[in-house]
Amino acid sequence: MSYASQGLFDALGPRGKRRSQIAGALTVLLVLAVLGFIVYQLAVSGQFSAQKWQIFTFPMVQQEILRTTVSTLSAFAGGAVLSLLLGVVLLLGRLSKRRAVSATFAWVTEIFRGVPLLILMMLMYYGLPVLGAEFITPYLAVVLSLMIYNGAVFAEIFRAGLDSLPKGQREAGEAIGLRDHQILAIILAPQAIRNMLPTIISQLVVALKDTALGFMVTYPELLYLAKFYGTQIQYGSPIIPSAIVMGSIYVVLCLILSFVAVRVEKWSSRAGNRTQMKEVAGID
Amino acid sequence: MQVLIDNLDLFILGFRNTVVMFVISAVLSLALGIVIGVLRISPSSAMRAVGTVYVNVVRNTPLALLMMFFALGYPKLGLPALDYLTLAISALVLYTASYVAEVFRSGINSIDKGQTEAARAIGLNFTQVLGEVLVPQAFRNVVPPLMSVFIALLKNTTVASGFSVMQAGAIAANMSERGENLLVTLLWVALFFLILVLALAALQRRFERKWARA
Repeated sequence: MSYASQGLFDALGPRGKRRSQIAGALTVLLVLAVLGFIVYQLAVSGQFSAQKWQIFTFPMVQQEILRTTVSTLSAFAGGAVLSLLLGVVLLLGRLSKRRAVSATFAWVTEIFRGVPLLILMMLMYYGLPVLGAEFITPYLAVVLSLMIYNGAVFAEIFRAGLDSLPKGQREAGEAIGLRDHQILAIILAPQAIRNMLPTIISQLVVALKDTALGFMVTYPELLYLAKFYGTQIQYGSPIIPSAIVMGSIYVVLCLILSFVAVRVEKWSSRAGNRTQMKEVAGID
Repeated sequence: MQVLIDNLDLFILGFRNTVVMFVISAVLSLALGIVIGVLRISPSSAMRAVGTVYVNVVRNTPLALLMMFFALGYPKLGLPALDYLTLAISALVLYTASYVAEVFRSGINSIDKGQTEAARAIGLNFTQVLGEVLVPQAFRNVVPPLMSVFIALLKNTTVASGFSVMQAGAIAANMSERGENLLVTLLWVALFFLILVLALAALQRRFERKWARA
């Protein structure tokens, strides 16, 4: 048992093993009881009836679900790319040697991070047209607000990544006469990015989850579709079946991305060793 | 300013409900999160598995989806009727608890191994190690990230606007019925959220400074 090696408890003796098995069995039973109750209630209230699932057997509906998955992903992709760019811009502003510039960017980052994403989306979609920006589509509202919110979060992640590097790295760069932007681009960024990559990907999972808020500004993503099919009366208003279908797609997409994050974390700690070895070899 | 003064009733009602939702969800998710956090580090492998599956599944589920299940799905189950506020709070608690559990677990893991070993050496059992040695020390490591979780929770209360809960996020929808300027309304809502979030962040920094000295 690898956990015992963390020292929270010793390797269990016969009595401890029995006790932990009983406690474990009780927990599992409790969880199964709760899940069983939910499934039972779903079944009793007819959520598994053929009528409520019939709508998902139509090819048209299946194609629509596929299209909607793509539009969820495209909102995510747009938001991810733009927020990474904004993150870099906010970071560079923050690193400025001029106090006024750096303070301004610090405040902008705070403000972008402090406003709930949903309020940002509504500001984009319902607020901006008041100013005459009639071109705002639901897609733009989702992507722009994802950009603003996650851009600010990325700026903070980037800054923490740079701060975590040993001071000697920057000083060595200065000693050999590199300029500030060269130190950042050649020395600091490559190391920091490798360290930050797992955190960046976890934040991307958050962004992917947040596309689900798009239905509030009528962006046709998966939850919007779930609500739409869920209110089709001729199919028995299958809100629970459609939430299960669309929800599984969301959860699977997020799990895939989270899985990538875990892999990258393993890779980056391995890659760390490799770079160190290269550095040692480079001395020769 | 005129928009705010004319509709002060709506703003006060909205933000009062937001604060109520926040406080109730924070307390309950703290309790549930600690239970799940303990499951994740417990000696029983079955308990650890339950905790791990919970955290991994819930953390990869959008909050809006969870709320949809509660707000739109639950009333169809034929169980005792609950109001939308209660249902939204339940979804928030389940969601936030997974983050609290992770904060709790990494707080415990951040304590030096020697502490546990010393406690084990003098014969304390798992509950004693946890309750008398680790948790008191982990507390100061846990509070700052916990505050971040709660700041996220405060902002997440707005998701309930999609599910008929009157709170700060739903002010704009009500204002459009009154024919008010939505841009100005939303800017006011954003400003008040900013004030609340910055207040929590200031509290967080104070805790951090206080314990950095200790």
